[in-house]
Amino acid sequence: MEIICCLKQVPDTEAEIRPAAGNGEINYEGVKFVVNVYDEYAVEEALKIKEKLGAGTVTIVTLGPERAAESIRTGLAMGADKAVHLDDPAFLGGDSYVTAKALAKAIEGMNYELIFCGMRAIDDDSMQVGHILAEFLGLPSVMGIVKFELSDDKKKATVHRQVEGGTEVLEVPLPAVLGATKGLNEPRYPSLPGIMKAKKKELKPLKLADVGLSEGEVGKQGAMTKVTAFSLPPLRQAGKIVEGDTPEAKAAAVAKLLREEAKVI
Amino acid sequence: MAGIWVYTEHKDGKVKKVTFEILSEAKKLAEKKGEPLCTVLVGSAVEAMASTVGSYGAQKVYCVESGDLATYTTSGFTKVLCELVKQENPSIVLFGASVNGKDLSARVAGRLGVGLATDCTGIGLDDAGRLQVRRPMFAGKVSADVAFTDATPQMASVRPNVLTASEPDTASKPEVVKVTPTVKPEDSMVSVKEVIQTGGEKVDLTEAEIIVSGGRGMKGPENYNILEELADVLGGVVGASRSAVDAGWRPQSDQVGQSGKVVTPNLYIAAGISGAIQHLAGMGTSKVIVAINKDPEAPIFKKADYGVVDDLFKVVPPLTEEVKKLKSE
Repeated sequence: MEIICCLKQVPDTEAEIRPAAGNGEINYEGVKFVVNVYDEYAVEEALKIKEKLGAGTVTIVTLGPERAAESIRTGLAMGADKAVHLDDPAFLGGDSYVTAKALAKAIEGMNYELIFCGMRAIDDDSMQVGHILAEFLGLPSVMGIVKFELSDDKKKATVHRQVEGGTEVLEVPLPAVLGATKGLNEPRYPSLPGIMKAKKKELKPLKLADVGLSEGEVGKQGAMTKVTAFSLPPLRQAGKIVEGDTPEAKAAAVAKLLREEAKVI
Repeated sequence: MAGIWVYTEHKDGKVKKVTFEILSEAKKLAEKKGEPLCTVLVGSAVEAMASTVGSYGAQKVYCVESGDLATYTTSGFTKVLCELVKQENPSIVLFGASVNGKDLSARVAGRLGVGLATDCTGIGLDDAGRLQVRRPMFAGKVSADVAFTDATPQMASVRPNVLTASEPDTASKPEVVKVTPTVKPEDSMVSVKEVIQTGGEKVDLTEAEIIVSGGRGMKGPENYNILEELADVLGGVVGASRSAVDAGWRPQSDQVGQSGKVVTPNLYIAAGISGAIQHLAGMGTSKVIVAINKDPEAPIFKKADYGVVDDLFKVVPPLTEEVKKLKSE
């Protein structure tokens, strides 16, 4: 089966994120970058399918700056076969709409039977790219899947999608864009031989002209939304430590505070 | 004729609270912009809810009804909503940032080729009358002010429990516009086979007003009953930290934090949670935070309005009793 995995490089969840001087951008100085955790579930699922079928290709598609190649190599080291990197400054600084548009243009000409992505990227938290990509490609999209089962004829899949208070079981004709979330699988760590092999795998850079788009259609220029300012959320006031001689006294004191001072119960 | 639209979220014939919150705020934008406030109800039998959304300020209610829309599917709902938008040309369309609201708004934005901001905590207008929003990024580590191009409609999904719903005015009668959509089962692209309810009658964490969360300090899954009891007397629900979920003590749907759910309850009680940066990002905008932890150095205390430094197993049960007492007064 020919499977595409969209993968994004994002700051590590441990990273402290601050606006840069002028507040127009994020200060990434000293920030460690990793594969978006949700995309790890996507890669893992694709690899599991390939291993089960004993045939196929897993191709990683990434849009991002030069440094994103490092995260692509991580995906290749996990076991993906090859990768495409939309690596052109013109692609950067856009929103979900133009990112999905560029990804769709790159994927359009490729051979695929299934597309996985993470249900969201933990940097911009927009949760849009998967759906908009599917829209451009004219495919069904299901985000937030925790279970995937391929039919015997490989023409459709049964997926479990997390919704408020439960799980939806959906039948999806393939190809489709499926957004992975936590619970789908346990992503493997790249092995040492995997890391060595990854260095030799094909990583094809794509420039703007390669995907047949112009500068006005992608990145900052093509975006439909723009961040005008970043700010830090208001700092919480240091709270009070509830005093009491016994745990019971502390419990009584906190209940009283919630009732009379905070007025939340 | 333009207009500011709010997509109505409903379940089992009842309108969700987030819709009232958005309508109340969008009413101000509509007045400022001099445009009507409208709402769209999509489903198999939705007209009965029209008066409810009207009482929160909707002047016009589009009821898009079809038996083929009884179950939400992203593609099916996208089709009917996009057709209506193209016909009526609203200037702004707002959604609740629920699972379906985020899905639908993304697919609609893709089809219409317009801008969308996800999970906003503030909505307003810029000098040119375009939508302008504030939204958390990096799980709330920073906030971003987002501007839109002139393309309409400008769209946003709004986080539940952030905006305040005003008092309903039952005297106001909205104009009801019935829309018969051209929709076929194959427009859904997918078919919903089954919905497995796991939460029972309880609200989802993202919509909950009170959350009692437990972390590694709970020591094991068998101890969560004390949190369940406290949550029950408070009328809240139970959440968990990543370590509790990774240990298999709680389902993944209970996880609060950067790789779980971002929550904004009125009251968040963290029991035995040290407060890793990813967890703090997921619950830092809760209105009131209580931390119960043995370790006085736990980072959670820096975010907590009220800290209890003690053994949670000795504090939580009497806290449940105290709340019961206060509630019966």
